[in-house]
Amino acid sequence: MDELDRAIVNVLQGGFPICDEPYREVAEQLGIAEAELIARLGRMLEEKSLTRFGPMFQVERMGGAFVLAALAVPEADYERVAEQVNALPEVAHNYRREHALNMWFVLATETPAGIAAAIDSIERTTGLKVYAFPKLKEYFVEMKLAA
Amino acid sequence: MTDIPTLDADDRRLIVATQGGLPLTPRPYHALAEQLGLAAEDVKVRLRRMLESGVIRRIGAVPNHYALGYTANGMSVWDVPDARIDALGEQVGRLPFVTHCYHRPRALPLWPYNLFAMVHGKSRGEVEAQIEQIAALLGDDCRARDVLYSSRILKKTGLRIGG
Repeated sequence: MDELDRAIVNVLQGGFPICDEPYREVAEQLGIAEAELIARLGRMLEEKSLTRFGPMFQVERMGGAFVLAALAVPEADYERVAEQVNALPEVAHNYRREHALNMWFVLATETPAGIAAAIDSIERTTGLKVYAFPKLKEYFVEMKLAA
Repeated sequence: MTDIPTLDADDRRLIVATQGGLPLTPRPYHALAEQLGLAAEDVKVRLRRMLESGVIRRIGAVPNHYALGYTANGMSVWDVPDARIDALGEQVGRLPFVTHCYHRPRALPLWPYNLFAMVHGKSRGEVEAQIEQIAALLGDDCRARDVLYSSRILKKTGLRIGG
C-alpha cells in the first residue's frame, strides 16, 4: 500500500456518501480522479488490503444475533477443524489465538435460535465443546485504525 | 434504539445484494437499483433509513489490519468484580487504542474473565504497553488477566444472510 492507498483507506473508514456519484465525491475530496479511486479500491480488495467495501450491517438491529465463541482444538486436528468451522456460513470470522482456547470465531445468524443451531452443528462435526461468550454489555465498538 | 426496525422484502434483497460489497462503478446505487428492479432513489432512501435505524453501522472500507501494519492484535481479558464492571468497562472503552470492549460471561473453571478489551498495535511491545495502561486503570479491581494474540486469520467474510 502506498501513501495514496492509505489516504483512501482513512477517508473510507468514515461514511461513504449516499448520492448519485459517491466515488466522484470522495475522489474530489482526495484530489484524485474518480477512475483512479475505483481502480485502487478494486486492487486493494483483490490483494486483500481491504477485507470489505460496502455497508457494515449490525445483525442485532435486524433481529439476528452475533456471538463470540471459542474451541480448544488439539494441534494435530487444527486444519481439519478450521475447515469444518469455516464451512458454516454463520461463521463471520475466525482467528487463531495462542491460548488453550485456540480458535475464536464469531457466529452471526438471522435469529437468536440460529446461534444454538450453529453451535450444535459445530459440536457435532468437530466433536469439540463450543464455549460461547455472548456479549452481556457493549461498552465501545469502533474498528477504525489509522492507515 | 431498542425496538427492532422493520425490514421489508426489498430491504432484505438490498442487504443480500450489498453484503459482499458495493459495486465498483461510478453510479453504484443505480447499478444496485437496476439489479434489483428498484428505482435508484428508492435504493438510496432505503440505505439512508437503515443507517439511521442502526441496521447499517456505516458504509465504508474495512481494512485488513495486518496490511496496515497492525500486526499485533491482542484480545485482553480481565476478571473484575461484577458489581464494578459497568463503570470499569466504560473507562476501558474510552482508551484510544481499544477498538472493542465488552462484558461477556465467564466459563469456569477454564475461563475466569468477564471483561474483554481488544487492542491493536504495530508491535507486540506496543500492545503490551497499552495493556499495562488498562491494568493501571483497573488497579485492585483486576483479579486475573490474560492476553490472547491472534496469529492467523482463518476466515473473515463478515455477515452473510440468505436470499
